[in-house]
Amino acid sequence: MSATMDVHAGHAAYHEKESFVTKYIFSQDHKMISKQFLITAIFMAIVAMMLSVFFRLQLGWPGESFGILNTFLGDRWAPDGILDRSMYLSLVTIHGTIMVFFVLTGGLSGTFSNLLIPLQIGARDMASGFLNMLSYWFFFVSSVIMIASLFVETGAAGGGWTIYPPLSALPQAMPSSGLGMTLWLTSMAIFIASSLLGSLNYIVTILNLRTKGMKMTRLPLTIWAFFITAVLGVLSFPVLFAAVLLLIMDRSMGTAFYLSDIYVGGEALDPVGGSPILYEHLFWFLGHPEVYIVLLPALGITSEIIATNSRKPIFGYRAMIGSILAIGFLSFIVWGHHMFLTGMNPFLGSVFVFTTLLIAIPSAVKAFNYITTLWKGNVIFTPAMLFSIGLVSTFVTGGLTGIILADSALDITVHDTYFVVAHFHIVMGLSAIFGMFAGVYHWFPKMFGRMMNTKLGYVHFWLTIVGGYGVFFPMHFVGLAGAPRRYYQYTDYPMFDGFVDLNVIISGFAIMAAVAQAIFLFNFFYSIWKGQEAVKNPWKSNTLEWTTPVEHIHGNWRGPLPEVHRWPYDYSKPGKEKDFVPQTVPLSDDEEEH
Amino acid sequence: MEKLLIVLVIVLAVIGIAQITRVYKLSSELRKKREEDISPTTNRVNANLLFVFMFLMFGFFIWHIVEYGDELLPVSASEHGVKVDNLLNFNWAIIIAVFFAVNFLLFYFAKKYAYDPNRKAFYLAHNNKLELIWTAIPSVVLMIIIVYGLSIWNQIMDEPAEDAVVIELYSKQFDWTARYPGEDGKLGEASFTLISPTNPLGLITDGVIDAKITDLNAEIADNQASIANEVLPDSKVNELEKEIGMRTRQKARVMNFKESSKDFTASYDDRIVKGEFHIPVNKEVSFQIRSRDVIHSAYMPHFRAQMNAVPGMTTRFNFKPTITTDSMRTVVDDEDFNYVLLCNKVCGSAHYNMQMNIVVETEEKYQEWLSQQKTFVKDDNAATKSAADKVGEKDDERKIAVKN
Repeated sequence: MSATMDVHAGHAAYHEKESFVTKYIFSQDHKMISKQFLITAIFMAIVAMMLSVFFRLQLGWPGESFGILNTFLGDRWAPDGILDRSMYLSLVTIHGTIMVFFVLTGGLSGTFSNLLIPLQIGARDMASGFLNMLSYWFFFVSSVIMIASLFVETGAAGGGWTIYPPLSALPQAMPSSGLGMTLWLTSMAIFIASSLLGSLNYIVTILNLRTKGMKMTRLPLTIWAFFITAVLGVLSFPVLFAAVLLLIMDRSMGTAFYLSDIYVGGEALDPVGGSPILYEHLFWFLGHPEVYIVLLPALGITSEIIATNSRKPIFGYRAMIGSILAIGFLSFIVWGHHMFLTGMNPFLGSVFVFTTLLIAIPSAVKAFNYITTLWKGNVIFTPAMLFSIGLVSTFVTGGLTGIILADSALDITVHDTYFVVAHFHIVMGLSAIFGMFAGVYHWFPKMFGRMMNTKLGYVHFWLTIVGGYGVFFPMHFVGLAGAPRRYYQYTDYPMFDGFVDLNVIISGFAIMAAVAQAIFLFNFFYSIWKGQEAVKNPWKSNTLEWTTPVEHIHGNWRGPLPEVHRWPYDYSKPGKEKDFVPQTVPLSDDEEEH
Repeated sequence: MEKLLIVLVIVLAVIGIAQITRVYKLSSELRKKREEDISPTTNRVNANLLFVFMFLMFGFFIWHIVEYGDELLPVSASEHGVKVDNLLNFNWAIIIAVFFAVNFLLFYFAKKYAYDPNRKAFYLAHNNKLELIWTAIPSVVLMIIIVYGLSIWNQIMDEPAEDAVVIELYSKQFDWTARYPGEDGKLGEASFTLISPTNPLGLITDGVIDAKITDLNAEIADNQASIANEVLPDSKVNELEKEIGMRTRQKARVMNFKESSKDFTASYDDRIVKGEFHIPVNKEVSFQIRSRDVIHSAYMPHFRAQMNAVPGMTTRFNFKPTITTDSMRTVVDDEDFNYVLLCNKVCGSAHYNMQMNIVVETEEKYQEWLSQQKTFVKDDNAATKSAADKVGEKDDERKIAVKN
């Protein structure tokens, strides 16, 4: 331990000699890498959000002409301002891919794991600064490729973000399964490498570089969440990598892992003996843990923010850790609930019903613990706190409809309808993005040394939560009426005529929520340069990151690393003068640790 | 001009917000106000807004039920569907109660315990009893949901009755075909290698096999002749050789059928139907679902039925329709109502319009309709070898009766 400290202390001495390139571009400092992740993710989120507005225009007002579509998509994909139906599928696919992987996996974990792990456990930096840098640049390259795929002549990948073969394997079945899909697969392969490099680094850092006194049972819940998230990533992303690799081989090398008995484009194809179901198993073996890879960091961030702003310890610290572990474990044995209707053995389906519904128990414990933390608290409504409360609400609301989807008998009716779209957008889309916003508002002073504007933060929050619920609440009803997802329009079915105006309402809210994000963007970039200068510990928080100097230095702390004497949630502890006791304060003689 | 205006508006908006922010910032500096100091008024306003938002959210939910309750799926038209709907309602009762209760507690506590400088928060780290209670209660409730749900699932997924009507639903980009077995009650075998414009399902008959072999031989010979006689660039030669390889392998597959001593007569009397298909009321129907190209999903929402169509395998779903189309038209008060089969797994650009109407009618009407549908091999004596021979012959394709 002392050896590494010396090495890092040495780093601090080199601080002045950094060139522009090593400081801002190929930086190995976790704080800079975290900012790189965040800004890249914000850019990706803007793209993905605009794509969703484009297809919401078509869904709200099918067949109507919009100049804006023609402006952005050109005559090739939106002749006369009407969205092309192949492009519609590409937009849906890339929107999903970017949001799930690039914003809520790479962006969320990349930003906050990088920023907070060393700062909150009391380390000089990540275990490997070099791998950390590689992780970001792999992420960057994969982002560039994904964006580039939007400009391919045959269209970006269009088989849905799950890219089930044979559709994704056969350009004959869909032109966008040609070059567009090749780029998608390339981008994802690189993204997975980035994610693995990051996750390994997070795990090693948390296990080995905790400062003196930072026992696992004194870690902030953020770190626990990032830790389990990284473990999930390391165990599940390689499976997606395998799935992607096999798909690449089926596409380019004539193998038959996923293909059998196919007649397409007037031709009986060669491959025989494979099964698309194999792909579905491999994909969802990642796909379901992925949901928690997205969600757990957001829950961790929320735990920290709710405790700080309620001026009260998080209720049931150990139960919270237990539920993170339980969710992490269970998330590996539930993937089959995406496949009840694939022809999988119904008995196997019942096993997945059982394991899936079990996840509701630790989730319920988490929700109750958040609410109990508020009870008899002294709640300060910073924008971060509002987003955290919003997260608890969406987590509960969206989680509850999961009970219906997990029940295979009910899934028969609502599978692949808008009900599913509503469910996962609320429970993991809104929740995770709320967690990300909360994190940005809360740790902005740590990242940039300045404060974000609170008033604009409020406006942003209120428009976002109203817009979010406004978009996804009505979708439950559209789905219960049997409207399938990924439909270009519903005008060919009299049974959906009753929902024409509801689709207009959804699109209206979507546009409003999208425009509202401009307020956030403005606030974010304006505050980086012009925001009020931050003080060392603006939120009166207990965790270690607030003991570092406001300006960023290599090695994080001047002088020796801080020593930890207590858990991070001693807020409003009886017998203490202030309503917070930082982790570095030793226990007084007669004091008991929580 | 329009674009210029849009850009102008955006620029002005940004400048506007920037100016307001600056004024705000300067004035707060004058008052020595820091961003992290939330004034009691602001805090109270946000706490109250959260509470108001909760009521708006609840109201929005109730508005949906009032306004769109009638637009949801009508009463289930299948026997198991009624049970599914009961299960769904049972789940809803629990979910809606929890939704209201938990959201209420969340927003109420947020409002009630908004910051007060004169109060200190209650230091409560944990309480084992409470935690045990709210682990145990969800566990018990979920166990009930699981057991109830699985009992219905097992009933639905049970083997079909012996006398069930067997119907094949065959999917391809972007339409459905239904196939009914004839007198023999058996669907004839099919293979994707034998698919042709005149035999879209690739049904196997001796005639089809022979014709396919003849075709493949001719194509292979053509390609070989091109390679031997024409002056071609290497790339073209490679392409032709690749094609020869493909046809040869295909031929080997077709030869397997020919060399097997199987009887391929079951498909002769199969009836192939497009556009709409009929099923008899109050009789179990067993669907065998197949796909030719990509994954589709046979979704029949009015019957609470859905199953994927996966290339390379046959999937099944059984249900017993209980309400005829005519009766359902009365129920929903719409003369034009039709049951519909949709595709519910994204399958390409026209995925959104891959549908087929379903007609549920009495047994007599159903039999009458079925008898009007043409059989795969037109000849009544199709079972005889001589008729079968003719089926696949190119100059005699009219004999393959595919209603379209």
